[in-house]
Amino acid sequence: MQWEVVIGLETHAQLRTNSKIFSGASTAFGAAPNVQACAVDIALPGVLPVLNRAAVACAIRFGLAVGGAIAPRSIFARKNYFYPDLPKGYQISQYEIPVVSGGSLAIAVGQNDGRYEKTVQLTRAHLEEDAGKSLHEDFHGKSGIDLNRAGTPLLEIVTEPDMRSAAEAVAYAKALHALVQWIGICDGNMQEGSFRCDANVSVRPKGSDKLGTRREIKNLNSFRFMQQAIDYEVKWQIERIGDGGAIEQATVLFDPDSGETRAMRSKEDAQDYRYFPDPDLLPLEISPAWIAEVKSAMPELPAAMKDRFERDYQLSAYDAGALTATLATARYFEDCAAAAGAADVKTAKLCANWVMGELSARLNAAELDIAAAPLSAARLAGMIRRIADGTISGKIAKEVFDALWAGEAQDADAVIEARGLRQISDTGALEAIIDEVLAANPKSVEEFRAGKEKAFNALVGQLMKATRGRANPQQVNELLKQRLTGE
Amino acid sequence: MPLNLDQIARIARLSRIEISAAEAAQTRDQLNGVFALIEQLQAVDTRGIAPMAHAMDLTQRLREDVVTEEDRRAAYQAVAPEVEAGLYLVPRVVE
Repeated sequence: MQWEVVIGLETHAQLRTNSKIFSGASTAFGAAPNVQACAVDIALPGVLPVLNRAAVACAIRFGLAVGGAIAPRSIFARKNYFYPDLPKGYQISQYEIPVVSGGSLAIAVGQNDGRYEKTVQLTRAHLEEDAGKSLHEDFHGKSGIDLNRAGTPLLEIVTEPDMRSAAEAVAYAKALHALVQWIGICDGNMQEGSFRCDANVSVRPKGSDKLGTRREIKNLNSFRFMQQAIDYEVKWQIERIGDGGAIEQATVLFDPDSGETRAMRSKEDAQDYRYFPDPDLLPLEISPAWIAEVKSAMPELPAAMKDRFERDYQLSAYDAGALTATLATARYFEDCAAAAGAADVKTAKLCANWVMGELSARLNAAELDIAAAPLSAARLAGMIRRIADGTISGKIAKEVFDALWAGEAQDADAVIEARGLRQISDTGALEAIIDEVLAANPKSVEEFRAGKEKAFNALVGQLMKATRGRANPQQVNELLKQRLTGE
Repeated sequence: MPLNLDQIARIARLSRIEISAAEAAQTRDQLNGVFALIEQLQAVDTRGIAPMAHAMDLTQRLREDVVTEEDRRAAYQAVAPEVEAGLYLVPRVVE
């Protein structure tokens, strides 16, 4: 039987605020245990939550970015469950009326010929507080509780069951990860848990329009694990059904060591959260004026910027997509293109190639973010100008790039002068060198005249060697051909 | 729709409350009394009326995003049954 995979994702994005969602305690990462857990966060009696304006502004920003509806009035609810890292015995979340409803995100899946685009519909995004952390290391058979994270603002972003493969789920997660950083609401640090995904996975016979029973894979904190976990889970579900078994709704954890998923809570313990409106919090009102204010401060969004890059710089969809993968990359490219003279589309394409090629490869190898690149967009642009005006060849440019990367000089011109890398484009000078090379290689000349095309390339090679790569390759080809064929 | 004893046991479990068989029966009767009151309320026709989220007709006041709390861990942990390395210790919980 042919199976279809159905995936919906729930993502918790930690919002970039200074203080917690309902208290004035700091949200800074990495503090000593419990020093950032105030009376509200540890749920001492008599405390009351007061909502953080900046957390709401982040939610509005997200709603605008995905084209969702922002509720003029939304409600906070208590989600009740018992766990030691949740000291109140409930999590403050939103249930019936979330702050954002609907919206969508465009994703690109696959590479090269297999690449396709798709739109994932969002169900909702709501504000809630994070729980603390339980440490199960050896505390004489006990668990240690750190409540620093308790009360950190989260935006939980929920999709429709729109994804049909692990690749689509990963593409969506990557696009969302880029977007929340782009609009500045989340730092996207997955190691620190700032961006965590849960995947609801089910399978059904191809062609069926009924959803199968889903299992939820919790806390996927890397794209690689997400791919592995979903692949394993799909295989497991298909095999189980194939063996005549049924899928029971369950929450599962992915174990990166074994590469397997395993059920966490039994059916008997199926959660019943008994949501109800939190009497400690009044309805949240968001005025059209507030929404307009947030909108006016929004950066150009990646999808719009990608379209503009394709239009203004005449870049391919692939190039424009790669350059708008992060806001920092896009800004670097635009700064570089502006300084290099991007009115000329060839120059713009050169900038795109250098940013996506050499620069990105070097940054990857050095594990650096583009914002921390040792050579600025202006310096790279200075080098690209010299390629565009024929001062240096693309090949020589690599040497200039190396020197700039190493911080050897302030700009490309200084490197070109100091090392004598200027391309030789003067016809007279090139002809003199050709004469020397022809005189020194009579055998190749003879072979060429006897009809061996390869001999021509050997002569070009000798010329390049004689000029240390500085000869203008196009001119060399033309002049050499003229000389040999006597035209 | 009166509650039965199985439902009482489930609610007690979700609430992490241990109750004896006698208490369960008593709780069932008390909760069913509350439910009778709710049934009266539910008999009112509320079509076209927005659900009320709060008893007060006010909206949420917002805080500016400023850190105002300082570290008071030592005071908070002075009343905790057991702490170590800055952590609150609790009976082991592993799912």
